[in-house]
Amino acid sequence: MAVLVIADHDNATLKDNTHKVVTAAQAIGGDVDILVAGTNTAAIAAEAAKIGGVRKVLTAESAELGQGLAEAFQDLVVGLAGGYDAILTPATTQGKNFSPRVAAKLDVAQISDVIEVVSPDTFVRPIYAGNALETVQSSDAKKVLTVRPTAFKAAAEGGSAKVESVSAPAAPAKTHFVDQKIVKSARPDLGAAKIVVSGGRAMGSAEEFQKVIEPLADKLGAAVGASRAAVDAGYAPNDYQVGQTGKVVAPELYIAIGISGAIQHLAGMKDSKVIVAINKDPDAPIFQVADFGLVADYKTAVPELMGALG
Amino acid sequence: MKVLVPVKRVIDYNVKARVKADQTGVDLANVKMSMNPFCEIAVEEAVRLKEKGVASEIVAVSVGPTQAQETLRTALAMGADRAILVQTDQDLEPLAVAKVLKAIVGEENPELVLMGKQAIDGDNNATGQMLAALLDWPQAAFASEVVVEGGKAKVTREVDGGLQTIDVNLPAVVTADLRLNEPRYASLPNIMKAKKKPLDVKELGSLGVDTAAKLKVVKVTEPPKRSAGIKVETAADLVSNLKTAGVL
Repeated sequence: MAVLVIADHDNATLKDNTHKVVTAAQAIGGDVDILVAGTNTAAIAAEAAKIGGVRKVLTAESAELGQGLAEAFQDLVVGLAGGYDAILTPATTQGKNFSPRVAAKLDVAQISDVIEVVSPDTFVRPIYAGNALETVQSSDAKKVLTVRPTAFKAAAEGGSAKVESVSAPAAPAKTHFVDQKIVKSARPDLGAAKIVVSGGRAMGSAEEFQKVIEPLADKLGAAVGASRAAVDAGYAPNDYQVGQTGKVVAPELYIAIGISGAIQHLAGMKDSKVIVAINKDPDAPIFQVADFGLVADYKTAVPELMGALG
Repeated sequence: MKVLVPVKRVIDYNVKARVKADQTGVDLANVKMSMNPFCEIAVEEAVRLKEKGVASEIVAVSVGPTQAQETLRTALAMGADRAILVQTDQDLEPLAVAKVLKAIVGEENPELVLMGKQAIDGDNNATGQMLAALLDWPQAAFASEVVVEGGKAKVTREVDGGLQTIDVNLPAVVTADLRLNEPRYASLPNIMKAKKKPLDVKELGSLGVDTAAKLKVVKVTEPPKRSAGIKVETAADLVSNLKTAGVL
């Protein structure tokens, strides 16, 4: 058995999602290799090589891989697939972008958003916005999985795997990168933050969202999230969206402000360790999952909370 | 330019799915069904392309039971020109659906396949990318803006941490994300007109596509329930509780 894990990184540093997917790979069993594809791969591979229990780290370097073009990733991973029984990718937007192409080219099913490895061929994944968990057994010789990183503990460091480079595929002929606008933020990454402060439709405007949610997040060193309703209404950008169709988070502390708790939002945060809800509606469904509920208008509660935090 | 828009009939967005007691799946008996919300966004985008004079014909296609005709009628009422149902009572996996769609693409020769990024039942987020791979077409997944010009689509995509813009040569597959547009409601006159638009029904077997399942559903269970905690009276109470819980 050998398992290939596709590393999550931003062409600068390795992301913790990689460590978590390595844990899922180790649950499948066999040798675990990591593929670092993009630019600046030598430095990222050096970090990946430190993850414990990893056999080797492969690097592939090209501009198109750095741009995350799905066609380039497909060609690279399909080319390496012969040596592996399973290919695991973090279920990030980038992972979701290319992994189904790999599965289709290999003529196997993709098992999306895996949250538990039951055995080397049996996996659990959420369906219906997390209202149900499906256990599936694969009959494919090769398994292609996207793995929800928040469902696995990060693999410990302490390894010293060897690093090998592999050749990058030719540039895709029919897809061209134009530009990219990545929001640079001093705040922690939403998927990796220990504390997340999220705002909902009750904010009423983008200005109010910024005025209420962001200072509280900054005070706590937290990432900022939003409900789908707040994103739909234009109060917050899409990459803040926590929920089944947005990001799935599981921080130590999740603070939901003015969020009613629609099922699709709960699907994105209900695995948080401690959940706080601040909402003026005592019947809001969010209180059914909150460890600590404060029935109050956020307009008074958030300033009081800021004060109480000192 | 001809646009093909695959649509799926799923449990209505506002209905809470309930797991069957025998753990074989989710209970869909007597449950309201609707067009998958991301498919609605894809139909809307196709209609807007037609209104701009970029698209000449919109063909909606669904793979599913005979009731999926209702979903196709919704697409026709929103502005699609004609519809195809590939009829089957099998619950197909995304790869099988992608293979069926590939066969339909072979018959229809669209220049653009515009579809939702994800269906809210299986939550796989895979069919569009798989179709692109099977066709060896470029893809632009998770689109929040689509501009078609000069044989190319310039697509702004939702990526981790921001937005990316790519150019894809047509023909291509584009999958719609939430912010691409806000779908219209079909007007009553358009709903009436849609009843007269052509809807072609094909049997799945007539396409000669291998749709065998590769996954066996062992069981479907309810997720662990999280119980409600306590209500606190003031912000200060909240902070002291959070300190006790060790998260502040």
